[in-house]
Amino acid sequence: MLTHLVLAATLLAGLGMSSAMAGSDGAKLYGRHCAACHGANGDGGIGIPLSLRSFQAGASDDYLSKTIRHGRPGRVMPAFSKLDESEIKAIVRHVRSWNKGASATYTGQHVKGDPVHGKKLFAQYCAACHGADGEGGKGTGVTYSRPRDLPIMAPALHNPGFLAAAPDAMIKATLMHGREGTPMKSFLKQGLKEKDIDDIVSYVREFEKQPLSGSARVLKVENPVIVRDSPYDLETTVENAKRAVSNNNFFYGRVQTLEYGLTAPADENPKQVIVYFCNISLLNQALAIDPRVGMFLPCRITILETNGKVQVMSVNPNVLSRLFNNSELNRLCDEMTKSYTAIVEEATL
Amino acid sequence: MKHSLKWAGAAWLTLLLCMPAAADDLLMARANRMFPEAMTLLQSAISSRGYTVTRLQQVNENLQRREFQSDMYRVVYFGKLEEVRRATARNPDLIPFLPLNITIFAEGDQSILVASHPQMLQEFFPDPELKALFERWEKDMVEIMDEVREEK
Ligand code: HEC
Ligand code: HEC
Repeated sequence: MLTHLVLAATLLAGLGMSSAMAGSDGAKLYGRHCAACHGANGDGGIGIPLSLRSFQAGASDDYLSKTIRHGRPGRVMPAFSKLDESEIKAIVRHVRSWNKGASATYTGQHVKGDPVHGKKLFAQYCAACHGADGEGGKGTGVTYSRPRDLPIMAPALHNPGFLAAAPDAMIKATLMHGREGTPMKSFLKQGLKEKDIDDIVSYVREFEKQPLSGSARVLKVENPVIVRDSPYDLETTVENAKRAVSNNNFFYGRVQTLEYGLTAPADENPKQVIVYFCNISLLNQALAIDPRVGMFLPCRITILETNGKVQVMSVNPNVLSRLFNNSELNRLCDEMTKSYTAIVEEATL
Repeated sequence: MKHSLKWAGAAWLTLLLCMPAAADDLLMARANRMFPEAMTLLQSAISSRGYTVTRLQQVNENLQRREFQSDMYRVVYFGKLEEVRRATARNPDLIPFLPLNITIFAEGDQSILVASHPQMLQEFFPDPELKALFERWEKDMVEIMDEVREEK
């Protein structure tokens, strides 16, 4: 009997300890992977506020872990493919520690409704915020790019990450109850009937069968660098590059070697030269879409000479779209790729 | 009809699975401190690991010169001479990605740091000779981010 008690006590103590450890792990993992966007206490910032009571009440653990796993392609929220199951669990537990009440669980049962009628209702009641095609509000809530007192951005619904994470029953519950404290209101209170809500849910589910929404698309890159061989010597190529920069509506900034600042100027390798350039209005546009892109600016192209052969190269700007998982950057990335290619080609023409 | 819907569903699923993993391809940190303090911490976290800071790109000043509003915003470039030499001698295509850098900007009375994973270079340049170097850059970068984030 006594041994049983001791055993039970040890077991309990062990359990207590391991869950406390998992708890601190969860906090640490959250700090590392989520806090930059969702805020240290889940109070929002770049992403949706996760500590909000109405969100906690409506989201299941399964929804949280699937959202972490799949992310929201093209919508800034990354897919955390490198975290393992236990790490994801620890993060979910941490997010749940903000929850005062019970959290929801949902069955995977499909809600039956009339998607054709749902489509009409969607256009009438949802499109203004979530977009005509469910592609989500513009701006993905990146605070830096807009006044901080604006309400939360409407997430994308026509998004494989969202659709994989949210079962019909959860979408339905969100429409029935709304999310108090956000612009997302209860549509029962707005006068829709439960039947109408079922129709909308069945329409939202049909997004799965439609082509990927533009907002969920990130650009593919075959080659992370754009490279061209130059028929000129290094110096001439550098001068060509400076001219090409101005011809393509950038202003030329400066020329430095790659090793600038790493060693005494006399020791710098003169055969690795970087031409820096910028277009402030383009920079401003890019930062307004995603404040993080500064890391790839100013724009630069590299000119190098190896064994008498001169090459001009640059990072392929399309890498950014995927790196930032932000489809709103696609148009800009495309434009930048065209300009960079033009500059690199002009410099070597 | 039913059959074609099923097929479309399967096609969608395949698409989802084949999509380039929008992986957690950025290192980010939110530091609970004002920009100047976070900036000081960042620079010391970088130098204490033996890197030389080569340049502080003043992004907000450049924007303001053209009358665009911006909070404090810097890109910090850093590296080690010997490593940069070795890596770019091995593969010159790496030059456009170097020196390493971390972006830091003010967000209210907090600061946000962003960097790409050096590990990502392994994916672009799968050279076994460079693997250990990319891994160490990754480890240092993660530690630098942790240090600025967690320093009390
Ligand atoms: C006034 C703007 C607005 C309208 C109109 C609106 N929503 Fe929302 N919706 C939002 C916002 C903002 C959120 C995010 C709430 C949060 O932060 O938790 C949201 C969240 C949701 C969610 C949860 C998705 C997720 O990723 O968390 C669903 C589902 C949803 N809305 C569906 C709808 C549907 C369907 C309609 C039409 C019947 C609709 N919404 C109408 C603004 C709106
Ligand atoms: C780079 C910024 C960023 C990071 C990092 C990030 N998120 Fe998000 N998250 C977002 C954005 C933006 C959305 C809304 C997507 C949309 O608008 O379609 C979102 C949506 C979500 C949602 C859905 C919310 C809802 O209303 O249903 C959950 C849950 C979530 N994130 C959890 C997390 C967790 C947990 C982590 C860390 C493992 C994390 N996020 C990391 C930006 C981020």
